[in-house]
Amino acid sequence: MDMRRPPRTVSDPKVRQVGFVTPSEAPPTRSLSDAPTTVAAAASAASASSPPSGEISLPGSSLSPVMIPPPRHASSDGRPSAPVAVPNPASSLRRESLRIRVGSYNASEVVLGTPPSASPSSRTDNAASEFSEETMSPWHGKSGTAKVASSFPGSSSEMIVMKTGVGGGGGAGSTPKSPLTTASVVKTLPGISEKEREVLMGTQNDGAGVSKTLKEKTTKAERRALQEAQRAAKAAAKEAGAGVKPSAASGSAVVANTKQGKVVKPPSQKKDGPQIAPPSGSSEKKVVDRPPEKDRKKDVPAPRMQFDDKHRVEKAKRRAVVNQFEAKNRVELFRHLPQYIHGTQLPDLEGKFFQLDPMHPSVYKVGLQYLSGQISGGNARCIAMLLAFREAIRDYSTPPEKALVRDLTAKISSYVSFLIECRPLSISMGNTIKFLKNRIAKLPDTMSESEAKSSLQSDIDRFINEKIVIADKVIIRHAVTKIRDGDVLLTYGLSSVVEMILVYAHEVGKQFRVVIVDSRPKLEGQVLLHRLVAKGLNCTYTHINAISYIMHEVTRVFLGAASVLSNGTVYSRVGTACVAMVANAFRVPVLICCEAYKFHERVQLDSICSNELGDPDVISKVSGRQDLNHLDNWADNENLQLLNLSYDATPSDYVSMIITDYGMLPPSSVPVIVREYRRENLWI
Amino acid sequence: MWGRSASFLLDKRLRDQHPSLSSPSSSSPDSTMDLNPNPNHGVSAYYQTRAEHHAIVSSDWLAQAQAAVDREDDTALTERPHASAAVSLSASKPFSVIDEFNYWRKKPDLAEAVAAIMALAAVIRSCEATTMMELEIELKKASDTLKSWDTTSISLSAGCDLFMRYVTRTSAVEYEDFHAAKLRLIERGEKFGEISMKARRTIAMLGQDFVFDGCTILVHGFSRVVLEVLKLAASNRKLFRIFCTEGRPDKTGLRLSKELAALGVPVKLLIDSAVAYAMDEVDMVFVGADGVVESGGIINMMGTYQTALVAHSMNKPVYVAAESYKFARLYPLDQKDLEPALHPIDFGVPIPSGVEVETSARDYTPPQYLTLLFTDLGVLTPSVVSDELIQLYL
Repeated sequence: MDMRRPPRTVSDPKVRQVGFVTPSEAPPTRSLSDAPTTVAAAASAASASSPPSGEISLPGSSLSPVMIPPPRHASSDGRPSAPVAVPNPASSLRRESLRIRVGSYNASEVVLGTPPSASPSSRTDNAASEFSEETMSPWHGKSGTAKVASSFPGSSSEMIVMKTGVGGGGGAGSTPKSPLTTASVVKTLPGISEKEREVLMGTQNDGAGVSKTLKEKTTKAERRALQEAQRAAKAAAKEAGAGVKPSAASGSAVVANTKQGKVVKPPSQKKDGPQIAPPSGSSEKKVVDRPPEKDRKKDVPAPRMQFDDKHRVEKAKRRAVVNQFEAKNRVELFRHLPQYIHGTQLPDLEGKFFQLDPMHPSVYKVGLQYLSGQISGGNARCIAMLLAFREAIRDYSTPPEKALVRDLTAKISSYVSFLIECRPLSISMGNTIKFLKNRIAKLPDTMSESEAKSSLQSDIDRFINEKIVIADKVIIRHAVTKIRDGDVLLTYGLSSVVEMILVYAHEVGKQFRVVIVDSRPKLEGQVLLHRLVAKGLNCTYTHINAISYIMHEVTRVFLGAASVLSNGTVYSRVGTACVAMVANAFRVPVLICCEAYKFHERVQLDSICSNELGDPDVISKVSGRQDLNHLDNWADNENLQLLNLSYDATPSDYVSMIITDYGMLPPSSVPVIVREYRRENLWI
Repeated sequence: MWGRSASFLLDKRLRDQHPSLSSPSSSSPDSTMDLNPNPNHGVSAYYQTRAEHHAIVSSDWLAQAQAAVDREDDTALTERPHASAAVSLSASKPFSVIDEFNYWRKKPDLAEAVAAIMALAAVIRSCEATTMMELEIELKKASDTLKSWDTTSISLSAGCDLFMRYVTRTSAVEYEDFHAAKLRLIERGEKFGEISMKARRTIAMLGQDFVFDGCTILVHGFSRVVLEVLKLAASNRKLFRIFCTEGRPDKTGLRLSKELAALGVPVKLLIDSAVAYAMDEVDMVFVGADGVVESGGIINMMGTYQTALVAHSMNKPVYVAAESYKFARLYPLDQKDLEPALHPIDFGVPIPSGVEVETSARDYTPPQYLTLLFTDLGVLTPSVVSDELIQLYL
């Protein structure tokens, strides 16, 4: 044991690593046999929790398993330690099942993953048994281990790269202990298994639980190192400098791990035990579960742009077509949202028209209309976008040497990013884009270009027709059943569906009165008021300030929504939550009218994390009141921040019913619709 | 607080809309109502059936109702053959859904919806259609007839809808041979009927787990499912005590208390207005349901809502036992948002002239006041009802 130690301390992790990697084949038999024994020893020495885990890791190391035939090491092991005996039979029996586990590395994962957490607390028999199982599995599941081993070569190059990087970050991160540990690991692997065990014991005695853990980690570390390295490389390639800070930090850590990990455990792990532990688990999984991982990535929505992240914002700005100026005085809580000075982009964009070569004119036009606010409202924006895409697809021709599926998707993506620069996407538009991209991706390869294009165009038409136009009709039909003669209906702002409902109910001959509640600065309610009065409806117009007065005479509240989230939260024009809450306090039912394509699986609890900031100027000025000029030049005053939110979230408690094209539902059923709708989307 | 005038308006409007409320003899202008073979326009047929099944109901209102029925029986008699003729036109055979339905309905322990389901299954069997389409149309007609027989019964229409859904959902396309398809439909129909008949037992098994030794249960209204649950719990040697509300106006509580007393369960009768008074001692509230609506709320005998409110405010669980064929695609927003089911009330003394009487027989209990629903689909929270309905109908 003592002998061991000095080498460890002395050994330079890097050097060791290299040497170790090549000879890796040699050590197997010994290490294998030892591992079980070590485990047993560990179990017996229940006092030290960390050591057992370390021992386990050794057997689990990818290198050793490959080399050694299972029966052999069992026989070779002279030691009659109980744990050893148990594992072998069990393993032989289980081989099939175990194999899978080994292959997937779940077992190893478990082992590896558990030690860190378990280490602090003393392990009991259970732990020992666990270990024995796991230890067995790696040996017997040769095939699985072999896989791991095979993954090594590829990773090795990366690892080397990492090493160089490690020199700085890894070295710094790793304490003196780490090199030591690495060394020990190396040695042990080569086949000093018995000694190793002893060493382990000794370390325990010494109270240097660290070394043990390190050993354990070595196997773990190796795998982890591989995976981490791969992952890091990937990430590095992807990010290409974006989000450098966090990734770099983690990356360096990873590198350190990988370096040492190859041969031995990175010391840093020990130190950082808790931090690193999780990655190790995931990384192991990764090796085997690569494809699933990817899928998962797809599933997880890309993090939204956080505009308080300076690096990303800088990057985004460089790419941006539209020149956006940052407003100065911003409310702290909403710094993560983009805030542009309105009115500056339009001339800028107009000037760029001829430079924006790849942009289809119709998309460009729609973008400008978003920017100027000529098109607003969820459905209108969605339809405009779809029609623009439709034209773009009509005029599209696949460039030579490219596949329509890929090129068109890229094209649509570039259009979308342009539209985002004009105005953040609404959730409904996001859903629509997802649909369109899905359709493109599902195009059969055999289809000719013209066929593909026409099929896409008809898909778009169908979407507009089925999901918006007909959906609205269905909603209207449902909603009208809830309007009785003599009702007083209240609505807020301007919602196209609600307008259609009111008009239709009037046409059907229902006798009712409408209260239109409006709010500054958009005053969209006036548009609705104008249209309804023109149709001969009996209307009352008021501002939201009077909501608590007017509510007592109301019998139904009809509201539109920008989106309905899967926890039933209604995401809608700012002020909707206020109206819904007041209505709820007055026991007036609140009916939300929303097409199902606007449903989203996201869950949102407040209006802060995702929202859209409007132009702060419009709330500081009152049109037609030149005398109200107290806030002129407000941007120069650092103490003044204006907040003009566009949306808010209404908790589902305040919603009595959601009327969709699937019928009238309680807010608690939104997830069901989201589920069904998604399935449907696949075949639409 | 300002009085909300709207409710007065609503009441008035209701009366205007449903003149039958004040004058039962006037027939509604609805053309489908003319086909309706149900002789009693003023009284909800659903509650009549219940009254017939519940032996205790015995006041002079029943006599009056009987008289009214007798009076109209002549017309009804002339009407019935006519109605069945209408049906037979579609069935091209002297087979009447209504007759079949009435036959099943006569069985006291058979729910109305199950009777309807059995009747519809019989329709398939006796149908002489030669194509799937014809069969479906015929089935649709029959179910419409049944539904119009009593528009106020939620479980009847829900049962019909569910049957149609369940039976016709299997794409008949998979069978090239019509007869095979028809056989399959009959099979499904019978299976559905069987499931429905078994529902009560399933619910009893699920529900009795919630009864614990030494608990006090408040029961409002007479529900055969609730009785089944309590019966099973009692036969499992659970020791519990029942508070029964009187259940005005048809005194359903009396009947329930009689049944329970026969089982040896300690029962205490309360007048309906003593619910809050007694709630302190109560551990849980059991109610049945006429219908379970999409919001997860229930429509049940008048007084359920207030019982649930009191229980909710005192943090007592409210359990609803209801078969899944009572799940209806309805979504009432408030009490007035229901098809009114009327029920004459006997106050024992003559009512002063110019005084109105609220004759509505049921109310709507919103889901937030319910704890769990015991159904044959399992023990559900109210919000699951909508999920089940969506899966059934979408």
